[in-house]
Amino acid sequence: MAATAQASTLTPVPQVVAHRVEREERGFLSWLTTTDHKKIGIMYLVSTFAFFIVGGIEALLMRLQLAQPSNDLLTPQTFNQLFTMHGTTMVFLFVVPVVAGFGNYFVPLMIGARDMAFPKLNALSFWLLTAGGLVFYASIFFDAPECGWTCYSPLSDDTYLPSGGVDAWIFLVHLTGLGSLVGSINFYATIANMRAPGMGWGRLPLFVWTILTYSVLLILSLPVVAAGVTLLLADRHWGTNFYDAANGGSPMLWQHLFWFFGHPEVYIMVLPTFGILSEVLPVFARKPIFGYKAVAASTIVIAFLGLLVWAHHMFTTPSPSIVLVFFMMSSFLIAVPTGVKIFNWIATLWRGTIHYTTALLFSVGFVGTFVLGGITGIFLAIFPIDWQVHDTYFVVAHFHYTLMGGAVFGIFAGLYYWFPKMTGRMMHEGMGKASFWFMFIGFHTTFLVQHSAGLEGMPRRIYEYADIGNLATLNLISTIGAFTIAFGVLLSMINVLRSLKTGAVAGPDPWKANTLEWFVPSPPPKNNFDVIPRIRSVEPMKDIRREVLAQSRVPAGAAAGAAGDEG
Amino acid sequence: MTSRRLFLALLAVLAGALALAPVASADLLTPESGGSSNADDIDTLYKYVLVVAAVVFFVVEGLLIYATIRFRARKGAVASQVRGNTRLEVGWTVGAAIILVILATLTFIKLDEIRNPPDSSPEGLQLADTSRRLPPSGKSLNICVNGQQYLWRYTYADDCENADNVDAVFSYEEMVVPTETTVTLDIYSQDVAHSWWIPKLGGKFDAVPGYSNHTWFKVPAKYGEKPGGTVFFGQCAELCGQNHANMTARVRAVSPAEFERWYEQRRRDIQAARRAQAQAQQTQSESGAAAGSDES
Repeated sequence: MAATAQASTLTPVPQVVAHRVEREERGFLSWLTTTDHKKIGIMYLVSTFAFFIVGGIEALLMRLQLAQPSNDLLTPQTFNQLFTMHGTTMVFLFVVPVVAGFGNYFVPLMIGARDMAFPKLNALSFWLLTAGGLVFYASIFFDAPECGWTCYSPLSDDTYLPSGGVDAWIFLVHLTGLGSLVGSINFYATIANMRAPGMGWGRLPLFVWTILTYSVLLILSLPVVAAGVTLLLADRHWGTNFYDAANGGSPMLWQHLFWFFGHPEVYIMVLPTFGILSEVLPVFARKPIFGYKAVAASTIVIAFLGLLVWAHHMFTTPSPSIVLVFFMMSSFLIAVPTGVKIFNWIATLWRGTIHYTTALLFSVGFVGTFVLGGITGIFLAIFPIDWQVHDTYFVVAHFHYTLMGGAVFGIFAGLYYWFPKMTGRMMHEGMGKASFWFMFIGFHTTFLVQHSAGLEGMPRRIYEYADIGNLATLNLISTIGAFTIAFGVLLSMINVLRSLKTGAVAGPDPWKANTLEWFVPSPPPKNNFDVIPRIRSVEPMKDIRREVLAQSRVPAGAAAGAAGDEG
Repeated sequence: MTSRRLFLALLAVLAGALALAPVASADLLTPESGGSSNADDIDTLYKYVLVVAAVVFFVVEGLLIYATIRFRARKGAVASQVRGNTRLEVGWTVGAAIILVILATLTFIKLDEIRNPPDSSPEGLQLADTSRRLPPSGKSLNICVNGQQYLWRYTYADDCENADNVDAVFSYEEMVVPTETTVTLDIYSQDVAHSWWIPKLGGKFDAVPGYSNHTWFKVPAKYGEKPGGTVFFGQCAELCGQNHANMTARVRAVSPAEFERWYEQRRRDIQAARRAQAQAQQTQSESGAAAGSDES
């Protein structure tokens, strides 16, 4: 970093310091009307984290209700509304769009582009997301939906849930889905066409690989759920019977359509966070990623197989044996590329010099937690075992291990890693580490015991339970853990707000990172790059630093020291 | 890593697996079982998988923790700039695949026992031959399970789609069954989706409108020894509306003799109730006709 700044005075080749070419626009209106991918990215991140906090509060309310057996803090209806809002918010309004936020901000910077391919469509994506969120949350002033984030028909039919909540949910799926679809096409076009000279597919940053895969998966799966919810809307209001068994329809059709989208959705959420890890781990281990090709290829294999496993959510439905066996085997197969990723990450750390930043802690916490989520996934894939654990707290624990211990930890790793680039200021590391430990310990306290609650026979989505077995103890532990997580998240949020004003000035490349976003100032100017460098490897920024070092006439000793630190 | 370290790591894995065993026996780590052989077989299969999973878990977490401690940045430490190792990578890909082949094999070995009901024991309820396909002997006590918001209705009939079932013996919430007898269930729903689940008697099966689902159980004799039998608890496992949490199910297993007494009593009670109802209706319609009014 210091070398970069020093180098600029020595006019090195290539030119490494970009400068602002026009005055930054400020004020509320500049955000409303912006088509700048960085501003849109920030808006995505701010609004999705706001939804994350709302979804988290919903989870805490549920944990309070379940803290003791036969509790009557919440009514059954409120409880059903809470888990519906929580699941829907976390999936549609947090994990999927927060990734779009990081992608928006960093994909153009990482591939050396000056903006996304379609800046106006990009703004449209964001505003569709916002509209979806508003329509959905407006329902709390009328009747919030209470059919779970899966809204199985016939429960979601107007006979059983006549209130507008389900319709609000349908429009949320439509609006956020359309936003994601437009955004995905934009990502695809950007990545396919706007890479810096020299950046072939073999030099694409791994985060960009995962965003590309995320986009393709969204393009393939979203139209299916859009069709599914449209049929539901027609059933509810226009007298059709697509899901009505009494009139020739089929409730199983809904489950197939929903999960054909719903399972890829899981990988849509988790793959980009895999990508964040594949960026963060090498930087702080001061080592190249172990097996770049295997990590990139496993992303694509997971995505492909992810399209073929949806009915493992339906092992307890009346389905033929051949279906059960097929979906068990396809679900098994997914464990292979996932295992490859985990081994490659561990191998990346192996014989590195690991710098314990908060971003690295969250990444390692991700790997350690995700392993357990993957292993319980194998139990669930074996359908006779699934018959016992399906729709119980075992499943709740499993998907929180992958989506919270996995995806959310990855998102926090990304937040701590990229915050200096987005704001020009460092986050407070001590507070970040404290936040990590509260979240990590709180997470395992909350969810580890839920496996046992499920195995003892506690189904999910129940507002109360009888005091049998160890359920009372297990649930109390879980509730205590949930508040521990909340405290950890709160620390990070305070950290963000504090660091915006008082954080140390970051400079362009505080982490000695590998990718191109660290080449431009922090925060980057509106046009990103004055000069787009030629890419010569997977780690262009490492090349640039090396070149700068070689060309700047730094005293030999200092250069050797810096080079040694870098490896 | 030297071979001594590798040995120590393996030892740690073994110790971890052993430490896990008592927790597992406390049944915090395994599904409920004991009420029926299919539940026991699922439990056994689960334990096989748990052993494999525990080994994988401790090896992977061990490597991760070892790496994060051993390779901390230290003064003078230089990160090795290795970019991959094809042999190693192919190795762990194949390794992961082999583990999955093992798990699939174990599953297929256990699958028949879990899915296919055995014959009733000689000391079980003596059943007439039916055309039912399930156990090899072709004999089972069939019960139609009907899920509705928010309770379960059980009809003791061989053909669940038959309209004559109105006269069949039925009960709500509590199902009474004989021990040592293979009980087959045809599971239906008449409104939204539900899921039938008694953890100690095996897996859960969804009741989906327009479809029938099937499972079975066979309760060992010991549960029917004391008068009144043993009650197994369960509850609906698919979100079915606001009172989903209160849609409970009980299965009371009694000796075959006690079951026959209960069944006979139940049949007479239902017939008596039907007659009383029919009489009341007749009286009502007669008085209605006398008043010269339309149907009320």
